Amino acid sequence: MDSGASSPDILVDISDLHFHRGGRPIFRGVDVRIPKGTVTAIMGPSGTGKTTLLRLIGGQLRPHRGVVRFAGQDVHALGHGALYRLRRSMGMLFQTGALFTHLSVFENVAFPLREHTQLPEPLLRDLVLMKLEAVGLRGARDMMPGELSGGMGRRVALARAIALDPDMIMYDEPFTGQDPISMGALVKLIRTLNDALGLTSVIVSHDVAETARIADLIYVISDGRVVDSGTPQALMESKSEWVRQFMHGLPDGPVPFHYPGPELVSDLLERR
Amino acid sequence: MLGFLARLGATTISSFQRLGRGTFFLARVLTGLHSLLPRPGLVIAQVYSIGVLSLVIIVVSGIFVGAVLALQGYNTLVNFGAEDALGVLVALSLLRELGPVVTALLFAGRAGSALTAEIGLMKTTEQLSGMEMMAVDPLRRVIAPRLLAGFVSMPLLAAMFSFLGIMGAYVVGVGALGLDGGAYWSQMQDAVDFRDDVMNGVIKSLVFGFVASWIAVFEGYDCVPTSEGVSSATTRTVVHTSLAVLGLDFVLTAVMFG
Repeated sequence: MDSGASSPDILVDISDLHFHRGGRPIFRGVDVRIPKGTVTAIMGPSGTGKTTLLRLIGGQLRPHRGVVRFAGQDVHALGHGALYRLRRSMGMLFQTGALFTHLSVFENVAFPLREHTQLPEPLLRDLVLMKLEAVGLRGARDMMPGELSGGMGRRVALARAIALDPDMIMYDEPFTGQDPISMGALVKLIRTLNDALGLTSVIVSHDVAETARIADLIYVISDGRVVDSGTPQALMESKSEWVRQFMHGLPDGPVPFHYPGPELVSDLLERR
Repeated sequence: MLGFLARLGATTISSFQRLGRGTFFLARVLTGLHSLLPRPGLVIAQVYSIGVLSLVIIVVSGIFVGAVLALQGYNTLVNFGAEDALGVLVALSLLRELGPVVTALLFAGRAGSALTAEIGLMKTTEQLSGMEMMAVDPLRRVIAPRLLAGFVSMPLLAAMFSFLGIMGAYVVGVGALGLDGGAYWSQMQDAVDFRDDVMNGVIKSLVFGFVASWIAVFEGYDCVPTSEGVSSATTRTVVHTSLAVLGLDFVLTAVMFG
């Protein structure tokens, strides 16, 4: 086991992370430190590899260079068994919810408990109902995933993610495609669960307003690098023109509207 | 010409890469098979899904293939006054060849395609990734039970197919065409050898079951996680399984009876 050199207050320590896919660089030297007990957001435009970063933290992808440490352990130096043991300390909420479509809401939340524990059925039932109560869906226990709205599905997935009482939960675009009520419920839940259960939360999102409401710390990633980090307020007032454009959602700025290409006139006059 | 050679080379390299990935995948699944020992329920559920739910197509096909064999065989044998050998013809055809091969082809269409689509959709909807992040290895929890269930189900389905084929031929040959029932069974009993005919058929169906299940679960697990990717993977399962079964059947027949 690699004890690493991270501070004990840092749960996830990513240093000099390089990753490319099909020859296209996704990360070119990313450094991120996620303190324990905080809600940390990883933000950036679509396609910057935010979800990829979560998969690298969870050990589902391997970096081409650099180290990802979780609780002091180098995630990618672990063997199969040790990596799976480490993952019991992580929960992940996928953008799609990733609920098992052939299992009811109750059985979805019970799944990790059945797989990893030998709890007697009455105790398991109580635990599942408590997790569902925490996300407000105890009454939906017998429904099938296909009968749930998008927001409800994500809350069930959240109940499943906290079933094993992890140290950290990673949220992959939790606010995408949510109506205002579901969005409000999710925003409140993420913050409440983080504080009540003593979790560390990592949110990957490009929804600035919602994320800034609950994040303690934000990392903004673009073009394979961390372009700025700090509290939401600090980033709103960032010296970087690019970060200010992103955080305020301004249509014009350093980010070009047009994808690079030949001039329009030469394109139109080009002979076929 | 150069373009053709380049495409041929690319296709060849891609095929070998797939074969390599499939072999590594199989090795990882096989090394995790022991995790099923304390949980036989996972395999039994899949035997039901893959085997029991395939029974209808196997039963109907078995009866009709046997009936057609009887009609065709009788028409030829009667020219030589050898119609009493119909039972032998039907039994050897079914036990040695048609039972294992046709069952494997039907298996590819019914169960193999369903396996690929199910696993592919689980991948597309991130259920497999979700499982990994819940510290549950999908190769052990999802793939291994299905591979084992396919391997177990195929010889049982092939036995059912051959049995019903022989019964279907009996109904047509003895019931409709007027053959002597005693001659049908006694000639079959004399000519069919347990080790050479029955066991070789069982070995064939075990091999086909293993290959068909391997292709089906690998194609699902390796598919591009889009609706088009799942569709292509499902098609590949049926095509590759059919070709692999027919090719292997020739090799096995040459080794066993050649």
